[in-house]
Amino acid sequence: MTTAPVQEPRNSYLDAPHGIASWLLTKDHKRIAMLYLISITIFFAIGGLFALGIRLELLTPKGDLVPGDTYNKLFTLHGVIMIFFFLIPSIPATLGNFFVPIMVGAKDLAFPRINLLSWYLYVIGGIIALAAVAGGGLDTGWTFYTPYSTQASQTSVTLAAMAAFTAGFSSILTGFNFIVTIHRMRAPGLTWFRLPLFIWAQYATSLVMILGTPVIAITLTLLMAERSLGFPIFDPKIGGDPVLFQHLFWFYSHPAVYIMILPGMGVVSELVASISRKQIFGYAFVAFSSLAIAILGFLVWGHHLFVSSQSIYAGLVFSIITMLVAVPSAVKTFNWAATMYKGAITWESPTYWVIGFMGLFLIGGLTGLFLATLGLDIHLTDTYFVVAHFHYIMVGGAIMAFLGGLHFWWPKMTGRMYPEPLAKASAILVFVGFNLTFFPQFLLGYLGMPRRYHEYPPEFQVLNVASTGGATILGLGYGLCLVYLLWSLKKGQIAPANPWGAKGLEWEKTQSPPTTFNFDEDVIVTEPAYNYAGTKVHHG
Amino acid sequence: MPTHFPLFPPTASTVAVEMDLLYLFITAVCAFFAILVVAVIAFFTIKYRRRTPDAVGADIHGSLMLELTWTFIPFVLSMVMFGWGASLFFRLASPPANAMELFVVGKQWMWKVQHPEGVREINEMHVPIGRPVRVTLGSEDVLHDYFIPAFRVKMDAVPGKVTTLWFEATEVGTYHIFCAEYCGTKHSGMIGQVIVMTPQDYEAWLAGGKSTGTAVQNGERLFTDLACVTCHKPDSTGRGPSLLGVFGSTVTLTDGRKVVADENYLRESIMNSQAKIVAGYQGIMPTFQGMVTEENLLQLIAYIKTLKPAAPAGGQGK
Repeated sequence: MTTAPVQEPRNSYLDAPHGIASWLLTKDHKRIAMLYLISITIFFAIGGLFALGIRLELLTPKGDLVPGDTYNKLFTLHGVIMIFFFLIPSIPATLGNFFVPIMVGAKDLAFPRINLLSWYLYVIGGIIALAAVAGGGLDTGWTFYTPYSTQASQTSVTLAAMAAFTAGFSSILTGFNFIVTIHRMRAPGLTWFRLPLFIWAQYATSLVMILGTPVIAITLTLLMAERSLGFPIFDPKIGGDPVLFQHLFWFYSHPAVYIMILPGMGVVSELVASISRKQIFGYAFVAFSSLAIAILGFLVWGHHLFVSSQSIYAGLVFSIITMLVAVPSAVKTFNWAATMYKGAITWESPTYWVIGFMGLFLIGGLTGLFLATLGLDIHLTDTYFVVAHFHYIMVGGAIMAFLGGLHFWWPKMTGRMYPEPLAKASAILVFVGFNLTFFPQFLLGYLGMPRRYHEYPPEFQVLNVASTGGATILGLGYGLCLVYLLWSLKKGQIAPANPWGAKGLEWEKTQSPPTTFNFDEDVIVTEPAYNYAGTKVHHG
Repeated sequence: MPTHFPLFPPTASTVAVEMDLLYLFITAVCAFFAILVVAVIAFFTIKYRRRTPDAVGADIHGSLMLELTWTFIPFVLSMVMFGWGASLFFRLASPPANAMELFVVGKQWMWKVQHPEGVREINEMHVPIGRPVRVTLGSEDVLHDYFIPAFRVKMDAVPGKVTTLWFEATEVGTYHIFCAEYCGTKHSGMIGQVIVMTPQDYEAWLAGGKSTGTAVQNGERLFTDLACVTCHKPDSTGRGPSLLGVFGSTVTLTDGRKVVADENYLRESIMNSQAKIVAGYQGIMPTFQGMVTEENLLQLIAYIKTLKPAAPAGGQGK
């Protein structure tokens, strides 16, 4: 940590201008990032409460806590809220919004008003989702499979579909804004191969957002048309095909997994370079692996349909392409590890989060191989093995990276430091609690416990109790993190411009927190990213 | 609560052992890489810990050789997994020709099982060991999924379609049947038991059951009751094509397309009769949507499958 005396910064984006209206009508990408941060935290808490209900019900084999219909709503709403209103916007809309312009040396995103509009669309979508929760809930599973969703469900399916539809436009606009900004607004000298890898990851994510999200919008529209107006699309009784829905749904929703994890990979690349004070090993491989994952991600949707009556030859193609996704993911992991070789590795709190990420992402990624393997997927699909796998990727990977990034950039975003020992404790609690929650679910899955079960045979109880115990620790870890971060806003030590001694425009060229237009003078870039060995580190 | 702590479900079918081996193989490969990466990271973070506040790392940008190596190794290993998985998948998708056939229909929230001899049961399925069993699956309402963990088999029951799975039981015992595709309020109550018996016990059990006619007999009766027989005459003189030998044959449609008359073709022709019209005929067949249940459909299909072509006139019939 720094010993240099620090002063309260002059004007920062946080205090000029004042007042609630200045926030709600702001065009500043940093303020919009903070608005997003507050909103997604609220939805994360709501989604977490639903998870609490699920885990408490599953403590015992009998469905004795809530009735079956209530349980079905709990897991459905947990999924819908966490995916559409937390995970998809999480890193792009907060850290991305805040740091994409700064990292490319720009004053703001290309379209500041559209950026504000995207936050409002998100909020409107969120309010519609809460209206669906209040008006009868939703019991279709977050996957909305037909014909259950169009013919059988008695819950607010149309409202919930409308909510996801609306929130989708918010992510299309964010993606569009990032792509234009990265193409057109890079500072002089900031060539593509000098960009921080976080930017490459955001770029790849943005491509998925603008190409994939319209498909879910169309799919949900077709679903609403069948449910509300009786258009024959998916229900076989009126001439439709229920499996068609699954194809359309996963054509977006599989790439959506990469919307959640690619930005996390970008964050981790930044963190690994900074904690090791070293150039990323194989920069070009890491950059292109993001694009490879984004492109291949569009060609694997059918791996969700191996037992759906999809042609077995289609199954072969989807399986082999899915295997190929493992390759760029493995490359990234090996390159991160290799970056640490002969580094100068710190043991400050971001290190805890990033190492936690690598452990959980490794398990999440590797268990994807089990599910991509055709014969084995017959046994594993629709069981708790799948639940465990995607939580390792989307919670273990994406949230760990999000929190790692938040801890790393918190001093820049808020101008305050948080208590290091508590941050380390929180990272450890989350890591331990997470593994205890979800590792037993791999075992449950192979034993045959299906997903979305309100009641289960008694032989599955031991592992379920372990899982609920782990979830309690996980919840404490998240809660602790929320408490000290909020505390730090008022009481935290004032942060210097560059507390970690890191490279990057956000650390070297802006104060903490930045001024409204980020830079005091025009930025000219003369060196590659992470050029630790080439120049002296400006610490503090 | 059981005192033991199992990691595998019971192993009770011919594919179960291979499935477990494939699982263990992938587990071993993954564990090796996970431990390797974790060990390397742990070693580096300690060995290369920051010793002075201003220390920076070495000036290393990458190594093409290393990166190609660790691109190539995961590629090869994943292709091995793919190959083994695909071969098991094809085995699971190809029922032996001599398999006995059971009909299973899912509806919210029960499984209705019918044996070829006509014995019916609900949420239970008795099968003999040592004999391949092909399950023909249908659904009366929403998606379901017939999952028997002890056999390592699973298949969606899709409304509007016929799907199949097969297994050959190897161990006498009682095992779970789960619905594995979410289907509403009592999804987790849509469970049952497979009871695997010795062939002798199975025969005795069948003899004690009340038969309501075999599937083929029921199908034949429906074929008459629904007046299918008035148009689909065996000698091709009816207003509809003769169905003798139609199953498995290639049919030419009015638009020139050729399709194989499999179970899903027959199903569609009954329920949505205008979808595919056979060349040389008119689309005058009414739909039987709402008039026949999923079980009736499976019976009709079972009957149509038995209709063998007559020996060619004047030729040497085989």
